[in-house]
Amino acid sequence: MTRGYTPRAAVTAEADAAGRTRLTRLRSDGPLAVRATADAVYLVGAAASPLGGDDAALDLAVGPGARLAIRSAATALALPGPAPSRTTVRATVGAGGRLDYAPEPTVAARGCHHHAKALVDLAEGASLRWVDELILGRHAEPPGRHTSRFDVTYAGRPLLRHELVLDDPAVYGSTAVLADARAVGSVLLAGPDLATDPFTAEGLSVLPLVGPGVLITATAPDSAALRRRLADAETYARGLPETISHHT
Amino acid sequence: MAGTDAALLLLADSRLPAGGHAHSGGVEPAVAAGAVTDVADLTVFLRGRLATAGLVAAALAAAACAHAAGPADAFDALDAEADARTPSPAQRRAARAQGRSLLRAARATWAHPALDALAGTAPHHPVALGAATAAAGGGPGDAASIAAFTGVTGGASAAVRLLGLDPLAVNRAVAGLAADIDAVAARAADAARGPWAELPAASAPVLDLYAELHAGADLRLFES
Repeated sequence: MTRGYTPRAAVTAEADAAGRTRLTRLRSDGPLAVRATADAVYLVGAAASPLGGDDAALDLAVGPGARLAIRSAATALALPGPAPSRTTVRATVGAGGRLDYAPEPTVAARGCHHHAKALVDLAEGASLRWVDELILGRHAEPPGRHTSRFDVTYAGRPLLRHELVLDDPAVYGSTAVLADARAVGSVLLAGPDLATDPFTAEGLSVLPLVGPGVLITATAPDSAALRRRLADAETYARGLPETISHHT
Repeated sequence: MAGTDAALLLLADSRLPAGGHAHSGGVEPAVAAGAVTDVADLTVFLRGRLATAGLVAAALAAAACAHAAGPADAFDALDAEADARTPSPAQRRAARAQGRSLLRAARATWAHPALDALAGTAPHHPVALGAATAAAGGGPGDAASIAAFTGVTGGASAAVRLLGLDPLAVNRAVAGLAADIDAVAARAADAARGPWAELPAASAPVLDLYAELHAGADLRLFES
């Protein structure tokens, strides 16, 4: 069997005595490269295109009081290969720390078989913004198989455990799950000062969790509409309901 | 296979006085949205619900049943796992209302330390169902089957009432899902042997949206 890549990359952000964030670890590994810019750390290169057989892992650590934003240079394309592909992101955020994880969307191309896993541990007082956007196939093609699992704990208690399984079209295409949406996404916000009332609009739910967090989920006919819906919902979830726009 | 205990059949019976008839499992808002208009639509909807919310409920029920067989201690950690898998506040309220009703019916019927441990709480419905299944002499596989089965039949009977569908045709559609129900229950029972943190968490974004829309609807026949 052909072996894929198994890169292990890592980013650590720590606050110094003056409260400024320093990137104390920035580890690229083969095709999974991380590049620091002034505003964010970018995921670049082959990391953006998991091929069947690849098994990539990214470890993020945000120390107490530190800030880290993760972005990516381009859409990730999950492609077929000789074996399922995997990506695993593990993150820890200390008290007063903030992680903003918002890479470009993933496209589940025809024939792919991808497992995306994210495990986030938030200390009490940590905050998080975590964006996940999935496009079901390239233009006019059916998606391959794609499973995502997102586990978040806050102060040791489960805040959110959320899976989206694109395996059987009779399930994900059901009117109970995604119906005929071609794009699905979520934003998890965790931390203080978030909306405490739910909100809905076309293809969009803002769902306050039991713990200190709000989950936004959206479905849409395409990636542009998905992004608009998520952005509108985020405005609301941050407690600014009067600013919600009307193009959803 | 030996026959199923009558006590367990009681838990799967729609006449169980546990308030299940007041909930449509998202079928009422789906009907209101025009997504379910006939038996074929209903089948599509129920298949998706079974593989997502149904699987999660069955796994939680199996885990609760296994937990109930041990020393009777708190179910809080499992209930928190249910919360983490239920992002919709409307669905959490519906799950707790149904859990409270089921717990009341179970405590009036059977004596069991697990039911005592839950007394005075409003647990998520699958947690109450798992404890009730243990009290009725069943195991995790039974709890998963009952959760998966009643999730489908509850939605199906709600659709009959809402749309005036032919009950015979709906029954045939439910029978057509029997193998799926069994497969979901088997997966759920298997998952319940592992750590609670790793239990299935399959989401259904449209179901969540419907649950919230329904909670805000003026006119409705079902609580959820």
